[in-house]
Amino acid sequence: MIAIFKREFKSYFTSPVGYIFLAIMFFFLGLQFRMAYSDGVADVALTTGSMNSYLLFLVPIITMKLLSEDRHSKVDQALLTAPVPLSGIIFGKFLAAFAVYCISFAPTVIFEMIAANLVEVNVGAYLYMLFGMLLFGATLIAIGLFISSLTESTSVAAIATLIVNLLIMLMPNIVYWIESSKTSVTGISVKWISDVVLALQNGLVYLLDKLTLTAPLDQFYLQIITLGDMVYYLSFIAAFLFLSVRSLEKRRWA
Amino acid sequence: MIEVTGLSKRYGNFLAVDNVDFSISKGEVVGFLGPNGAGKSTIMNILTGYLSLTQGKVSIDGFDILRDPEEAKKRIGYLPELPPLYTDMKVREYLNFIYDLKKVRFPKKPHIEEIMRLVKIDHVQNRLIKHLSKGYRQRVGFAQALIGNPDVLILDEPTVGLDPKQIIEIRNLIAKLGKNHTIILSSHILSEISAICRRVIIINRGQIVADDTPDNLSAKLSKDPSLTARIVCDEEDMLAALSTVKGVARVSSLGRKEAGTYDFYITPKDGADIRAAVYERVVSRGKTILSLTANDLSLEQVFLRLTEVADNDEARRMLGTLPKKDDTNEEIDLEGVKINLEDLEIDEEGVDEE
Repeated sequence: MIAIFKREFKSYFTSPVGYIFLAIMFFFLGLQFRMAYSDGVADVALTTGSMNSYLLFLVPIITMKLLSEDRHSKVDQALLTAPVPLSGIIFGKFLAAFAVYCISFAPTVIFEMIAANLVEVNVGAYLYMLFGMLLFGATLIAIGLFISSLTESTSVAAIATLIVNLLIMLMPNIVYWIESSKTSVTGISVKWISDVVLALQNGLVYLLDKLTLTAPLDQFYLQIITLGDMVYYLSFIAAFLFLSVRSLEKRRWA
Repeated sequence: MIEVTGLSKRYGNFLAVDNVDFSISKGEVVGFLGPNGAGKSTIMNILTGYLSLTQGKVSIDGFDILRDPEEAKKRIGYLPELPPLYTDMKVREYLNFIYDLKKVRFPKKPHIEEIMRLVKIDHVQNRLIKHLSKGYRQRVGFAQALIGNPDVLILDEPTVGLDPKQIIEIRNLIAKLGKNHTIILSSHILSEISAICRRVIIINRGQIVADDTPDNLSAKLSKDPSLTARIVCDEEDMLAALSTVKGVARVSSLGRKEAGTYDFYITPKDGADIRAAVYERVVSRGKTILSLTANDLSLEQVFLRLTEVADNDEARRMLGTLPKKDDTNEEIDLEGVKINLEDLEIDEEGVDEE
């Protein structure tokens, strides 16, 4: 696992991928901070939290090649015939992408120090938000890793991950749209049909609401981290890492 | 060392490996031989745990590849058809990675340096793998398989795409390694297998057709009693002269292969030794015989014969591992003829109606 992690982490910086990801992240973090700063709000927690919509587009950059590239170049034959469990391979790759992701938030530490010189800062809020963003990012990475295990084309992996991430971003809107269409349904004259439709809508709203990965982030800004939120993200991560292992396993049986 | 029983692998509807059994003991160097698509690579991928099996059992040194994959894999070094290289890494860096990945216990630096010397890549150790030629990549792949000094080496077409000099180098390397490793090597080139291996397993359409030493195989199959003679003579006269030699069943001319000479293909009756008689006859006619050779099959031809026949049972019959069934063969032929006749009749009826 450590060997895989080390190699994978290094590979981000022997190719342009790691630099491109970090450069874009740094740029947008700086932009957000500058904008907030010129508005007279030196709130780094807000800056950190504002990255969530960018992440949905940027995380595929670091996850797309994780497993698909090995399969394409047949290097997976070396990994899968080495005496290591599949979970070790998956976890090593996941950690490598996560490490790069963590580095991308490094500028916020500097921003926080700059802000601390100017105004009275709420370090707690920043740390809560940072922690939340790391959990959120780890979840996106796990999803991206899983998608990368399904194909041997990095571009297919990137596009598929992007589409899934778009859905994640639009989830609150989808939930809102279903919620607001409820009234029109109550106009149906046959009672039992409207009841069934309403029940379905309620169920769907409940389900999609639970799948809104971005929802707990607002809580983090308010310095509220419930055990439930942590378990929520961690279970997503665990589920997608497990699915990735199964996906590698399944390929052997195909 | 390697035990395979009842191994089958199915891809959807296609049976790539069909009920294969073999066992390889410690220190053996075994060649898998078969045409492309015969199932060699699939079997190797299953042995190394890269692919799973549909049916059967594979154990390496007593460890089942499905139940104890890690223990089994520790004992195997694998060089797939395409060496599994991270081309964005340097040679040394890549080998260090494989060393860590395999969790090898030997002291790292001397172990890797020894292997690099053995496969002669120590002078390219600081070059990026993507800048290496095919031959060097193959050697890095070899080095990767050797890390951890596994007892079993599985090499899938290790010399494919190399130039003749590199092929000889790789062969010598395999021969050297064969002294203290169990090696399975695949190829579709028979001369290569017979140069390195003391045992050859011929695989065709997912089944084992033959499992023997190269010498035994050629002895069993290359028994062709006919002769080819090159004689300085007149074609018609000599044909007539040779066909009346005692013990000759048939003579045919192969035409003019060298100026002023003709080649004749001479088949004897029931394996009789007719060499002396043929010589005497030619000399008695005042002609000169330049060469007289037995038409033994080369190993290459043996292989072609075995893999080109319609089904694997036919090939086994040629080897004598399945009893000959002469009578049934004729029946099948007759049936085939009947069916053809019926087909013709149907066609004729169709024509009449029009």
